[in-house]
Amino acid sequence: MATSLGQAATPGKVLGSIALQARRGLGVRGALAVAGVLVLLLAVTRAITGADDLTSSGSTGAALRLAVPILLAGLAGLWAERAGVVNIGLEGMMVLGTWSGAYVALDHGPWAGILAGIVGGALGGLLHAVATVTFGVDHIVSGVALNLLGPGVARFLSALLFTGRQGGGVTQSPQVPQPPVFTVPGLSSGLLSVEKHHWFLVSDVAGIAGGAVTNISWITVIALLLVPFTVAVLWFTPFGLRLRSCGENPYAAESLGVNVYLYKYVAVVCSGGFAGLAGAFLSLVASNYYREDQTGGRGFIGLAAMIFGNWRPGGLAAGAGLFGYTDALQLRQGETSVHALLLGAGLALVLFAGTLLWRRQRVAGGVVLGIGLAVLALYQFTGSIPQQFTSATPYVTTLLVLALASQRLRMPAADGQTYRRGSSS
Amino acid sequence: MAALTARFDPRRIGLALAAPVAALVFSVALTSVVLAVAGYDPGTAFRQMADFGGQPASIVQILNKSAGYYLSALAVAIGFRMNLFNIGVDGQYRMAAMIAAVVGAAVSLPPVLHVGLIVLVAVVVGAAWAGIAGLLKVTRGVSEVISTIMLNFIGGAVVAWMLTPDVFAVLQGNNVSTRPIPASGQMPGFAVEGGTVYGFLVVAVLVGFLYWFLLGFTRFGFDLRATGLSEPAAVASGVAVKRMVLYSMLLSGGVAGLVGLPQLLGASYAYSLDFPAGIGFTGIAIALLGRNHPVGVAIAAVLWGFLDVSAQILDLNEIPKEIVAIMQGTIVLAVVIAYEVVRRIGVSREQRAVAARLGDGPTGPAAASEPAAVA
Repeated sequence: MATSLGQAATPGKVLGSIALQARRGLGVRGALAVAGVLVLLLAVTRAITGADDLTSSGSTGAALRLAVPILLAGLAGLWAERAGVVNIGLEGMMVLGTWSGAYVALDHGPWAGILAGIVGGALGGLLHAVATVTFGVDHIVSGVALNLLGPGVARFLSALLFTGRQGGGVTQSPQVPQPPVFTVPGLSSGLLSVEKHHWFLVSDVAGIAGGAVTNISWITVIALLLVPFTVAVLWFTPFGLRLRSCGENPYAAESLGVNVYLYKYVAVVCSGGFAGLAGAFLSLVASNYYREDQTGGRGFIGLAAMIFGNWRPGGLAAGAGLFGYTDALQLRQGETSVHALLLGAGLALVLFAGTLLWRRQRVAGGVVLGIGLAVLALYQFTGSIPQQFTSATPYVTTLLVLALASQRLRMPAADGQTYRRGSSS
Repeated sequence: MAALTARFDPRRIGLALAAPVAALVFSVALTSVVLAVAGYDPGTAFRQMADFGGQPASIVQILNKSAGYYLSALAVAIGFRMNLFNIGVDGQYRMAAMIAAVVGAAVSLPPVLHVGLIVLVAVVVGAAWAGIAGLLKVTRGVSEVISTIMLNFIGGAVVAWMLTPDVFAVLQGNNVSTRPIPASGQMPGFAVEGGTVYGFLVVAVLVGFLYWFLLGFTRFGFDLRATGLSEPAAVASGVAVKRMVLYSMLLSGGVAGLVGLPQLLGASYAYSLDFPAGIGFTGIAIALLGRNHPVGVAIAAVLWGFLDVSAQILDLNEIPKEIVAIMQGTIVLAVVIAYEVVRRIGVSREQRAVAARLGDGPTGPAAASEPAAVA
């Protein structure tokens, strides 16, 4: 179980459909190999189609910016669900994070804003914990209620506190200061100059790496570090073991002396904090003001990434990277890039089907091969992909993963079940 | 003794009614505190809302809004009654309304048939979109919560795509809209003082009646409720659970397909960018508030509509009308907690009654732990 690929997987690099074969995790070497193959595929695709933005530094930078909120939302979902509490209220908690982050940053600077975002989300998490853990309300129901409440609170408070200030109103805040960004000196300019030559593979790698070292926010670095942090805490500490045991079998945990209520509370409040940080990232790093609907369903995409990653931090990061990358391409010469990506995706699927067939998994291999060929046909017979469909990529991918690999996905055994102390039968 | 057998135990009914009332009182109190802290007089705010909400024009608006809310809540409730979470009503009704609008504008038929065709298309599309989630659940074991959430977004993308001038839409000033449905496909309303009440409200009431009859007086409804209460028991009594899941998902989606029609057939006659969105999520809240009961849900839908409409007056008096969003959110959260508390009190009463009957005294281990955990 513990052979997680979390340590090696960085979003933006490991784009593959790891969830499909993540029964035991890939291991560090496996993840690197998949990443290498994907970069090669992207390079080939770029060479064939001439869609330079597939591997440009701009795309990587944008992908990173778009992937971080999804990654954090996914981690938020992971923390709660590993303790057995389903959290579909992530979206509402993120909204609280966007608002409180922007509000505090206005007068007290970006770092205080980030902290306030975490606190705002954690308060939402606390409410969810009170409802689901103490009162035993159905987790989905409580989550839906939070998704109604979060935007309501943010809207009311904006009407109260942002209207009248310059640029502020019911639906948006004034401009707020952003946390600092940095560029790795020397490395960045070197990589960017190599990228300009469009050499096969070399420029592609340089572009991807260049984007990852140019104008990076410190918050992005922190967010990326939270992935190994989560692996370390949840899988390699007694605290993490107890927390996960609450999600697998709370009554067994109880019989071993674990205070299940407490652990669930901690997990759900942490979950809210991660969601709040995701929200604060949106209002302070990805843009420089709060506005209504800023989260745009990213809480749900985070959940999707978590499922895609089979309730594991590494797979989750890969999912966030994939969804962030497709999002980013849409911004960079959207229709051309995404259309070119079809070729890459089709090739990747055919390749993946090959490995499945090699391992004599005929049915799965056949289905994946069929999908891959369909994607290639789509590439051949269409000129561009409407922007609306690109934005649906995360959702379609998740549905496909769920439909094709639901037998291999393994969520925590007691996920979503109401636990009451002393009532095991 | 009575608590064990009597369906009409007055104390039990009292408890059931106590939950929503307590939730309402709590949310009004909380909202008052928030308003007072923000420097507004809560008394003035609620008085203005009551005055404005009681005017004829407002009542018409409230009724018209609650028609869609009611249908949406019924769609959700069908799922809830068998432990299925159809979070996807939102996507289902938008897909349904979009395609129904396109079909309705494309054909020409005699009046009643035309409306009938539009309704049929909406029901079929809604059922089909929900059916994807149902099929995934029964064939691949995919949780309907996740799949319906994903289908919401996918449906949103498909609707956005269809609503481009390249596909089905036409530009009308700043708005993008499908072609309007001709007069034969429009549904006449009831002209009353203050405006026109949507004719589709009648259909909504009819659907509520059918829901009541189907669940309470047919074998299908019995099977559905049995599956929701205890799946193993339902299987043991010969219910094909998988088929029930698929059927109830289709039924829920079919009703969800109707959600957009009061607006489509009664007012806008086309699907445009500003077609109301989010009614599917409101429906979840209303179904919870109304406890999946056809009458309770109706009351909750009207209450929701009242809050929506009456809040509009607040802005004119410089009170942020967004306070109502907080109120609605609190009501939902408070009501689900209140129902859970009431359920636990009921369970502990029954346990105590059983214990008393068995001559064990009320201090059995299970009975003793109940009130403590609630407190």
